[in-house]
Amino acid sequence: MTAQSTRQPELSFGSAWRYADAPDSTPIEIAHRYGHFIDGEFVEPADGKHIATINPATDEPISDIAAGDESDVDRAVRAARAAQAKWARTKPRERAKYLFRIARRIQERAHELAVLETKDAGTPIRESRDLHIPLAAQHFFYNAGWADKLRYAFAVASPRPVGVCGQIIPAGAPLLMAARKLAPALACGNTCILKPSELSSLVVLRLAEILQEVELPPGVVNIVTGGAKTGEALAAHTGLRAISFTGSTETGKRIARAAAETGARVTLQLSGKSPNIVFADASLDQAIEGAVQGVFFSRGLSCCAGARLLVEEPILGEIVRKLKIRMATIRVGDPLDKNTDVGPLACKQQLDTIKAYLKTACDASAQLHETSASPLPKKGSWCRPTLLTDVHPSDVACREEIPGPVLAVMTFRTPDEAIAQANDTPFGLAAGVWTDKGSKGREIANRLKAGVVWCNTYHKFDAASPVGGCRESGLGREGGIQGLRPYVEFS
Amino acid sequence: MMAERLAVPKTFKLYIGGKFPRTKSGRTIRVAHRDERIIAHVGRASRDDLAAAVAAARGAQGAWANATAYLRGQIMYRMAEMLDGKHEEFTSLLASTVPGGIRRARKEVGAAVDRLVCFAGWTDKFSHVLAGCNPVAGPYDNVTVPEAVGVTAVIAPDEEPLLALVSLIAPPLCVGNTIVALGSGAHPLATCVFGEVCATSDVPPGVVNLLTGMRSELIPHIAHHRDIDAIHAANLPKSQRQVLRAGAAENIKRVTVHKLAADAWYDDNACHNPWLIEPFVEMKTTWRPVGA
Repeated sequence: MTAQSTRQPELSFGSAWRYADAPDSTPIEIAHRYGHFIDGEFVEPADGKHIATINPATDEPISDIAAGDESDVDRAVRAARAAQAKWARTKPRERAKYLFRIARRIQERAHELAVLETKDAGTPIRESRDLHIPLAAQHFFYNAGWADKLRYAFAVASPRPVGVCGQIIPAGAPLLMAARKLAPALACGNTCILKPSELSSLVVLRLAEILQEVELPPGVVNIVTGGAKTGEALAAHTGLRAISFTGSTETGKRIARAAAETGARVTLQLSGKSPNIVFADASLDQAIEGAVQGVFFSRGLSCCAGARLLVEEPILGEIVRKLKIRMATIRVGDPLDKNTDVGPLACKQQLDTIKAYLKTACDASAQLHETSASPLPKKGSWCRPTLLTDVHPSDVACREEIPGPVLAVMTFRTPDEAIAQANDTPFGLAAGVWTDKGSKGREIANRLKAGVVWCNTYHKFDAASPVGGCRESGLGREGGIQGLRPYVEFS
Repeated sequence: MMAERLAVPKTFKLYIGGKFPRTKSGRTIRVAHRDERIIAHVGRASRDDLAAAVAAARGAQGAWANATAYLRGQIMYRMAEMLDGKHEEFTSLLASTVPGGIRRARKEVGAAVDRLVCFAGWTDKFSHVLAGCNPVAGPYDNVTVPEAVGVTAVIAPDEEPLLALVSLIAPPLCVGNTIVALGSGAHPLATCVFGEVCATSDVPPGVVNLLTGMRSELIPHIAHHRDIDAIHAANLPKSQRQVLRAGAAENIKRVTVHKLAADAWYDDNACHNPWLIEPFVEMKTTWRPVGA
């Protein structure tokens, strides 16, 4: 068959039909400034210092959040320690009921939380509303049920809580990230100090209000806001029995070194450069959709983003053509708009990093293709979904995590070569396999170095299913029974 | 002088297929207060009513088992919420006929709420605990997963009539079985009102069906009904157990009959355990080739 005969008609309306604006205009109450949430109350930071949190889509300041220092962290750790013994002694079924209450309140206030996340983190409203917030509620609901069933989760008579846990989460999906750490920790009887990213703390502070509403005992969850320094102070605190971190591998290693000093147990959810492998016998349209959802819709900020598309050689031309057609329909813009697929980056620094990677790639021979369906807003930091072809597996753009919607396309000839390429990074977070032959898909899945493998789907998450990476993508899992393990001790 | 307002008492009926029908038999059971006043006449279900309830349960079973575990969990948690909301009503209903008074009744209702919460949590966890991935000596992915048995008949005892009813319904319900439950004949009021809990909790019609009637009359019919797949009962005399098991043998029903003292229904460790769920699942093993 020639390329000519496989060509399918494509729908192209040019600029004839345009989407009407559909912004979510739900008004959300946001205070001028927020303190830390310690011992059940909002408190001013010790040195009175605040930093602005901005709407990344407009660069306008939304509110001020407290910038925590060592003494704030210490205050939070002391509150968590004071609350720990009583929380651990609380009847498991009563601990469960607090978590069920939290899940219900998140469900009740879901829309408000979604709009707030979108304003503060820049997540497209479709993603915060349909994915992040409902999943956050599910994590609380699911882990609630474990509180009185821990003895059945592990083959030991009485799993004990670890104690006081430090938890540090990134900017991407703040409430979901918070839920993934808080829910299992609380179910197992631990108390927590959570530090959200300074780029998206507001929705986590709104969770603090929910914790007050459900009358969670003071000190069981404490939230200290601030930037990298606050995180470092938390990671270095000797009062922690465990530290859990989600973010870059680089910072993860620093956390692990700090924990080597304090003796805290470490759980890490780190970077990835996840391969999405498409065989010639796959349903190509589904694979294209999976590739697009997997890397572009989360702006590439999901740690599990399928940033490398490995395509069986004979179908490269067709895949790239179909990808370009699909990419032309991706809408970049106001994240509050219900039609938006891709929102702004979290900050200017991310854009600079992405640009540097793209320049290196292009200098080395890569062909760059950007989607251009919608004009970019003037303010904020934006990156159009970008395709890199003619790249070599050893190029930096194919080996290191790029914090944006960038997809590198490469080819392979045999399954062995696909596996070799897929595993040829220091990472091992997620992977996708697209083939209509089940036995082949399972074999590839078995041979991939990854914590999660999606067969003929991508980017699926559930509170009952663990995620997390092997190698330098992390340590431990979040979700499922395995997600409880970092928060219990045996014997 | 102000005329005293006359109360409007509730008519207690059966709960079948999401509706509250009267018994087709037209018969009733007289319910006497502890002070011997007659306070209600509840339906005395017949073989006909049982057949209607089983048909409703069968019709609802596929969709209930196929609902996501998360959804079943939320619906069962909603049942707990609604039961807690009717705490006062259940407490006074139970106290009116069951010896032990208000305090005992309140404790029973609270424990019934907690039991529902517990099994709401099991919906998306029992397969973590009961399923397995089997390391067979060949290139196969081999997994064993639990699936609902089908329609489960529940026969509740007279002791702790609400708590025991809930404790017998919740384990088979949480894995995707649909239920035909015969409540206590001596203290039937709570069974009737439990239908209102189901009806207002997004429990799909037919998933839970509640009958009031005489155990001795209905047990042979339950035992021989060909469209009942499992039976969950407690504290039956030996003669009734034998009738159940003999009838059950005809279509290999799974029969579980507990013997529990009144206190034991409050023992969380004994009553919250996944091995109470296990009799109501079938294990399905799937072989799938890897490679080639």
